Amino acid sequence: MTEAAHGLHARLGWRRGALAFDVDLTLPAQGITALFGPSGAGKTSCLRAIAGLERDAVGRVNFGQAVWQDTERRVFIPPHRRRIGYVFQEPGLFTHRTVAGNLDFGFRRAGRPAHLDRDGLVERFGLNALLDRRVDTLSGGERQRVSMVRALLSDPALLLFDEPLSALDGTARTDLLGCLESLHASLRVPMIYVSHNVEEVARLADHLVLMDAGHVVAQGSLQDTLIRLDLPPTLGEAVGAVIEGQVVDYDAHDQLIQLAFPGGKLWLPYRHEQVGQRLRCRIGARDVVVARVPQVGTSALNQLPCRIVAVADADHPSQVLVQLDAGGSLLLARITRRSWHALGLAPGSDAWAQVKAVALGI
Amino acid sequence: MLGFYLLMLLGPNGMVGRALAAMGWAALPFTFKGLVVASMLYSLPFVVQPLHNAFEAVGRRPLEVAACLGAGPLDRFFTVALPLALPGVVTAAVLGFAHTVGEFGVVLMIGGNIPGQTRVLSMRIYDHVQAGEYHQANVLSLCLLAVSFAALLAMSLLRTRRPARD
Repeated sequence: MTEAAHGLHARLGWRRGALAFDVDLTLPAQGITALFGPSGAGKTSCLRAIAGLERDAVGRVNFGQAVWQDTERRVFIPPHRRRIGYVFQEPGLFTHRTVAGNLDFGFRRAGRPAHLDRDGLVERFGLNALLDRRVDTLSGGERQRVSMVRALLSDPALLLFDEPLSALDGTARTDLLGCLESLHASLRVPMIYVSHNVEEVARLADHLVLMDAGHVVAQGSLQDTLIRLDLPPTLGEAVGAVIEGQVVDYDAHDQLIQLAFPGGKLWLPYRHEQVGQRLRCRIGARDVVVARVPQVGTSALNQLPCRIVAVADADHPSQVLVQLDAGGSLLLARITRRSWHALGLAPGSDAWAQVKAVALGI
Repeated sequence: MLGFYLLMLLGPNGMVGRALAAMGWAALPFTFKGLVVASMLYSLPFVVQPLHNAFEAVGRRPLEVAACLGAGPLDRFFTVALPLALPGVVTAAVLGFAHTVGEFGVVLMIGGNIPGQTRVLSMRIYDHVQAGEYHQANVLSLCLLAVSFAALLAMSLLRTRRPARD
């Protein structure tokens, strides 16, 4: 567990009205960890407590070798000495400073470290033309980009992003998600990313912490966690497989790409991907149809041979969740109990998973 | 009332007066310094209230953001809270000034209307009226009115510019 020893460990408790929060988290020292759960699950409070912004949270927070909080030993390192880069849900820009003034606030206090490429980040987030602008003249998407670069330039040891895309929609959201994806590849410090949007989580996260009603209900790698059958019903819509593979073909006529992953190949809608690039794809449990034999005369473009691994009750009494093994990759299907019985399926039996290509548009 | 109790406190037999004398400080009543101290106390509520509102309007969020960007408490106050509250600070200063400039009672009690030291404009107007010199009183009153009006005008101009500044 040397890796865990250098990541974040938090054991915190606090109250908000009638709701008691009790969080026990162990995060790896690298990559993006998504803090995921329904609204009101305590994700934001948890992030604030880790940052030291919730003074009434009691417990322990260790980051790497450093002790950030230990209530028993009366240790509390204030937020400005924790080296965190916090991006709030609403951008929180300083209205008395220009865009450049905002970016340099943390950069200057961090001593303008040489390893941070300020111009490169400004370029990558498309802020070149905005540097001299007043922040009240920026669009929502531009503000959030300034807020992110400002946090990155403060030379943080840990990044905390609190639903940075939730106030955005349309192109602004897609663009920024693309920026974050490219950031992911070059990120040298760990990030905790709070979201209630499973699509964002599936694209960005390596590690997943599921929260519900103030508690951590599951944590682990993204793929392994989202495919579990024992998740609480409040996460019903989010469960499903996230597969990662390589783009191996592009059909320009039909505007489709083919993704090869350990379990087989899938056609999905083309979205400016390059042949050869790595790609993640989420297959929601609702979008998988289970059949006993391969189908002909179906509109579903993708059919994968599978073996049934397990079955569990879904959140609605009419439905079950079926876990399928497609050549080593696990898939999840949500089907009716009636179909389950009609097909005569049981764990161990062979089946086919049909996936509509149009359902795979992340 | 305020003037009287201040005189009692600050005078040679008052608690504060004795403490000051023990530290080797001159007595405050009937000096310009005393006048300034009394006026400050007298106008304090008119300054504190706008200041309080201004800092409250800044809110917690900008300060939390600044903390997460590595700014300590003093740093946060001077580089974030104060600039954001600046219009309110100016308002407080102007209100305090306008409130003090026409004050009479406290100034007379503590200052004592000593020519060259504590004779302020409002005292002078009173003297002229007492002596029946209505013309002089009128000119000085108009001066005072102009100054107060200018101060309030400056403040309201600043207020209307405020949305653009934020």
